[in-house]
This record gives sequence, structure tokens and C-alpha cells, in this order.
Amino acid sequence: MTMSTQKRKKRLNMKDKYKYMTRLGWETTYQDMDDVFPEDKFEGIKIHDWEAWEDPFRMTMDAYWKYQGEKDKKLYVIIDAFAQNNGQKNISDARYVSALKLFLTGVSPLEYQAHRGFANIARAFRGDGPRVACQMQAIDELRHVQTQIHTLSHYNKYFNGFSEWAHWHDNVWYLSVPKSFFDDARAAGPFEFIIAIGFSFEYVLTNLLFVPFMSGAAYNGDMATVTFGFSAQSDEARHMTLGLQAIKFLLEQDPANVPIVQKWIDKWTWRGYKVLGLVSAMMDYMLPDSPQSWKEAWELYFEQNTVALFKDLERYGITVPDCAATIKAEKDHISHQVWMTLYTHNAAAPFHTWIPDEKKMDWLSEKYPETFDKYYRPVYEHWNKLEKEGKRYYSEMLPQLCQTCQLPMLATEVEKGEPTQIAHRHTMYNNERFHFCSDHCQDIFENEPEKYIQSWLPVHQIFQGNCGGATLPEVLKWYKVEFGQDNLDYVGSQDQKMWKEWKGEA
Amino acid sequence: MSLDIKSIDIKPKRETFGHVERRIGEGKMASRYEEATFDIQPVANFHYRPYANPEFELYDQNKTSIKMEDWYKFLDPRQYHYASYVTARAKQQEVAEQNFVFVEKRNMLDVMPEDIKQEILNYVLPLRHYEWGANMNNLQLCSEGYGAAITNAYMFHAEDRLGNAQYLTRIGLLLSENEPAVLDDAKDKWLNDEAWQPLRKAMEDSFVLQDWFELHIAQNVIFDGFIHPLVFDKYEQELNQRGGTAQTMMTEFITSWNDESAKWIDMTVKVAALERDENKDLLNQWCKKYIDIASNAALAIAKNIVNNPEETVNNIQEQLVARLNKNGLNL
Repeated sequence: MTMSTQKRKKRLNMKDKYKYMTRLGWETTYQDMDDVFPEDKFEGIKIHDWEAWEDPFRMTMDAYWKYQGEKDKKLYVIIDAFAQNNGQKNISDARYVSALKLFLTGVSPLEYQAHRGFANIARAFRGDGPRVACQMQAIDELRHVQTQIHTLSHYNKYFNGFSEWAHWHDNVWYLSVPKSFFDDARAAGPFEFIIAIGFSFEYVLTNLLFVPFMSGAAYNGDMATVTFGFSAQSDEARHMTLGLQAIKFLLEQDPANVPIVQKWIDKWTWRGYKVLGLVSAMMDYMLPDSPQSWKEAWELYFEQNTVALFKDLERYGITVPDCAATIKAEKDHISHQVWMTLYTHNAAAPFHTWIPDEKKMDWLSEKYPETFDKYYRPVYEHWNKLEKEGKRYYSEMLPQLCQTCQLPMLATEVEKGEPTQIAHRHTMYNNERFHFCSDHCQDIFENEPEKYIQSWLPVHQIFQGNCGGATLPEVLKWYKVEFGQDNLDYVGSQDQKMWKEWKGEA
Repeated sequence: MSLDIKSIDIKPKRETFGHVERRIGEGKMASRYEEATFDIQPVANFHYRPYANPEFELYDQNKTSIKMEDWYKFLDPRQYHYASYVTARAKQQEVAEQNFVFVEKRNMLDVMPEDIKQEILNYVLPLRHYEWGANMNNLQLCSEGYGAAITNAYMFHAEDRLGNAQYLTRIGLLLSENEPAVLDDAKDKWLNDEAWQPLRKAMEDSFVLQDWFELHIAQNVIFDGFIHPLVFDKYEQELNQRGGTAQTMMTEFITSWNDESAKWIDMTVKVAALERDENKDLLNQWCKKYIDIASNAALAIAKNIVNNPEETVNNIQEQLVARLNKNGLNL
């Protein structure tokens, strides 16, 4: 019945086609645009042409569903196989699981926060391109928190230290470090959020988190984690592209944006680095087999890769943040100092710690020839002696926390050549004294004091009686941490006992 | 001779996370949906008040007047977590894709009367802006809502609306043989044509609503409760009789999506109404307010596309009211 009804259709190139699929917004007239988009002006960022910010993902929804559906099908096949085959028995050692505990309590909740944060800016920006791009990231981040929960759910069935991750994230002292980091970004305006998370965290720092974590998992036989890591990687590549796109867009729109953006880069590079302090301890101490030291990772991913990026941003007037010099100086110390703090305060943290064995200490000496034998090995040897005498050292003191990053005051004056001297800064605001771990944390506070005086500092809260009581058992009960089960030394733990049974060593 | 094969009996210490167990009962296996949903939103000890809205905490139950003892009562009857959601939509898009291929291969648009094509361009294509507005509103709901049970569903719903807008765009481009000027025309209709102004005003007014549950009622319950049945059900029935079957095939994704989403939306109304009388009163009040607005907006469009516009809109309203009353309201 059809005659020669075939007409020659106009051809659309991919870029135009995508544009038609996503340029859907309009200038409102029944309501003022500034009321419809009340958030994207108060930070002082000037935008002249929203059209210049294009969605770098360029994926229509039908394609997104298709590709992501296929990706998840593959991922869940592996998660299921891992569970059915008791894959947890094939890891290098049960000590490794502490790294996963840190991940589920400290990192996965940040994926959730990223999900809500990107949903927020996907609504808040008035350009169509960024709105589409940000919502794609928002749903990806929901994917990440959910696949991580599903993967680690299997470990939770056999190991302690996973079961109350949601409660712990909101309440336990050291987890206020990552939580306050994300609360800070979420409480900021939309442009600061995307520079903080999209650029500083996803683009500049995420390699320092994800690559070591997933390499660590591969090195230690944890195929389930490796798989969700790989599966997330293609999402992450998109997220990194968006972060870079965002910063270039802001810098190109108006020269007045440059100093604002520079301030955010400075702040969020330092904030991100402090959170990664936990990762440094994970890499150097929690992994029985470490593919790379923290120092090596920092040199590769920051000193080489990121500096090249900053060269690229130089033409806008952006410079490498000052804190890079401090981080460089600290790279020989940070992981040891963090691990020692976790070790001494392990009575109040829902994972296990231990003194590195001889093999590990030798590896640390090799990786940190300037510092490990000189400053840190002697302390471990002393603690080891105490432990053998049945006097495993647990601090009964609560640490002083930094008002900004919320880490205990554990960093030392390495930049000033005094690596055994605790770094301590303070400032007065409204007749109250506030304490900081570094010049950078003090600067961040002084730029936005009204924000940082609000910090929910766990130690202060315990002393004020807001955490179940004044004694350790009361606080642990409030934390839902089972004393002697979720915490304390690995040696003698239920995790260790079970591991030995699996390995026929009991 | 007996063989002694050594095996280790590995018994799990627990079946799921503590917060999930407290909800589903001790020793029970949790579903993937439950583990991916329950209590994943932070609830306590927020560090800083948001600059944009310092009146509230980052996640704050008081951002709506609706009160819930437990926000995780809003469980999604479809049990969507990311993987089940994308899997379901991947299948649906495959069917939709086949329909588009079929329509093109069989040259079905060549036999579609020109006046119908023009009607679709005038009175369906502008809905891509409506769907985009609905996308914005659901992102607002995801951002401002409380508890992952409902906000996760808003995330998925937002993406669905972007998908709907893109399917409508595709229909426009197919009808015009890839002449993008039809998109500009449709936008012009949305911005200036009298028939679209009540709906556009309703959408723009919804963009500045402060109470997120009110926004949910306005957008997902009432506006959609009028616009979708009018355009993708009643109008398409008439189109079928006039030779516009191809349109029905091309909107297959949207109509099946709407049927499916209605189950979730009904649940949200039911759960909130059942919780307490104060909620029910608010829901009744909001529904009445937005029914007036939406029925006027629907009528302005109906006048151009269906034979008995008043009757059609009244029927839609009756069915919507019956549906809402079945879910616990008194309208």
C-alpha cells in the first residue's frame, strides 16, 4: 500500500539532537525567575550565559536506562556469586575487613549525601545543561550508596563492625570528620557545592580514595568490592568531567568569579585532604597487602596529576592552593599519626586496630625511610611490649578536636621541622576560644566563623552530656557499639577467632 | 573405607543491618529494596545550618506541615532501588523503541491526517515543558523531602519525567521529519497561546511552593491526575478513531509509566492520610485547591482537542476524586 512515500528527512547531528532533547526550560513570567531559582545568586557568582555550560554526559534517558541496566545486571551477578561462594573466606586476612568497615561507615553515607546534594543543585541552577548533568550525577550517587550497601551486606552477616553503619555515621566521634565535610558542602550555596564536591573532591581527590581502595581490595582478594569499584568507575568518569566543566564555566563567565572560586579550591582541597587522612591509615595499615603507600599515592595523584591540571587553570589566574605545601610536608607522617590515634582510642571505635607485625613494619620503613624508624617504630615497639605484658594501651582521655576538620589534634609541626610537636592554633570569636589543627583550618574558620561555631564536636557533646552519659560504657551504648565485640584490638576479637576457624587454625 | 571430607559450617551472625532488623524483625532476611532504603538518610547531629535556608536543618521533618511518626512508612509498592528501577525502565524503553521503529518502518505517519499532526504539535508537544517542570518539581521533592523511602522514589520519578519530555520531543521531531522549528513553535505555544496559560501559570506557581508535601500533591497527584488522562488517554481514544493510532504507539512508554506510577502515588496519599486526621485535613484542603486550578487548566486544553471538553474534564475529575477518596480522603 505504500507508494514512494519515503521522503528525505533532515539529518540531525548528535549534538543538536541532544540539545533538542534537553533544552526544555523557559523564562517564567507568572513568577519572577529569581523566586523560582532563589539560590544561584547569593554567593556572588556572576553568570552571563548559562547556555555555555553544556551537559558533558550527553546521554538521553532511554540510553541511560539501557546502559545502566546492563551494568547493574553484571554487577549483581558477581555480588550474588560472591555471597553464594562465601567469597569473604578468600580475602588475605580478616584484618582487611576493617578497611571495609571504614568504607561503609565513612564513605558510603557520603555517596548518599552527594545524591541529595546533586538533586538540590539540579533544581537550583537556572541553566538547563547543568540541571540535566547534575541530576544524572544525583541518581548515579544513589546507585553508589545502594550498590555499596548491597555488596557489604554480605560481610555484615559474618563480621562485626558493619551492623549499625547508619547510626554510627550520624553519631560516632571520628565519623564526624567525613560527616562534617559533607554537611559543610551541603550547607553551602550551589556553586560552592559543585566546586567542593564536583571539582575538589571528585576531580582532584577522588583518585586518592577510589584507586587505592579498589587496588587494596584486589590485592587482598575482595572481588566483590573490586567489582563495585569498577562498576562505579564509568559513572565517576562522568562526574569528574562535570567537575572540570563546572570550574571552567565559572572561571570563563566573569573575572570576578576567580577569587571566589580560588577561595573554595583552597578550602575544599584542605577539607578533602583531612578526610582522606582516614584513607591514609587504611592504605598503610589496614590492608594486610598494600599495593601502594599513601605517600606514593599522594605523589602520583596530587603532585603529578593535579599540578598538571592547575597548570591548565593558570591562564584564568588560579593557583595551586597553599595547603599543598603542608600536605607535601606531612606525607611522611600523616598515616602513622592517624593510625596511632585510632589505635589509642580504639575502645570507642567500632572496628579493630593492631600493632603492625614485623613484615609490615619493614614495609613501612622501606616506604617511609626518613620517618618510620626514627619516629614511629619505637612507639610501636613500646606498645608491643606493653601488650605482651597484658597492658594493651587504650587512652582514657578524649582528644581535643579541631573546630573545622574535627580530627583530633594529631598533626604535628612537620612543615616547621618539628615533627614531634603537636600543631595547635587558636582564635577568639565572640569572646570564645576556638582550637585548630593547622593554619589552614584556622583560615577556613576565620573566613566563615558563623558557620564553624555551629560544629557538632563529638568530644564537646560527650562532655556536655548529650551522648548518653559521661562514662565510656554509657557513650558506647548510645553509639550502639557492642563493647569487646565491635571494638578493641584485633587480637582476641571475634573476627579473628572466626577467621582462624575458617582457616583451620583455631 | 570412609572419606572424611572436611567442611566448615559457616553460619551468619546476623541476617541484616541493625536498623533494618529493628524494622523487619530479628533473624529475618532483608530484601535488597529494604537494605537500600531504610534509614539511609542522615537524621541527627547536623553540623551547620544551610546558608540558603537557615531556618531548617539539612534534613528537617518540619519542611512540611504533614507529620509522620515514621517517614519510612512511605515504602514504594514497586520496591524500586536503583538496580530494580533501571532494569524496569530499560525493558520499557526497549518496547518504546520497537514502537518507534515500527511507526517509522511502516510509514504510519504518512497516513496520519495532517490536521491530527498539527493538533499533536500544538497540543501535545508543548507538554515537554510541562514534563520538564514536573522534573524540576520532583528534584525539589528529592532535595527537600524527608526520609529515603519517599525521596528515592522522587529521584526516580524526576528521571522518568525527563524521559517523558524526551519521548515527546522525539514525537515532535518525527512528525516534522526532524525540523526542529516545531520545538520552537511548541515553546511559543507554551509561552503565549491562551490555551496553555492556565497550566503554565499553575506550574510556575508550583515552583515557588515552600511545603514539599503540598508540592507533591499539586504536581504528582492533582496536575498529573488531570493532564495525563486528558492527553494520553481521552484524547488518544479520539485520535484512534480519526486515524491517529501511531500517536498511541509512540506514547506507550508514557501511558504505561503513568499506570505504574499511580500505584506509588496512591500509596503516598493513603499513608499520609491514615497517619493522623490533621494530615487528612491538610490533604483534603490541598487537593481541593489544586483540583480547581488543574481542572481549569485542563479545560483550556481540552477545548481544543476533545469533542465534549466539559464532560471530559468532569469525568476525569470524578475519577480522580473517587481514586483519592478510596485512598482515605473526603473530597
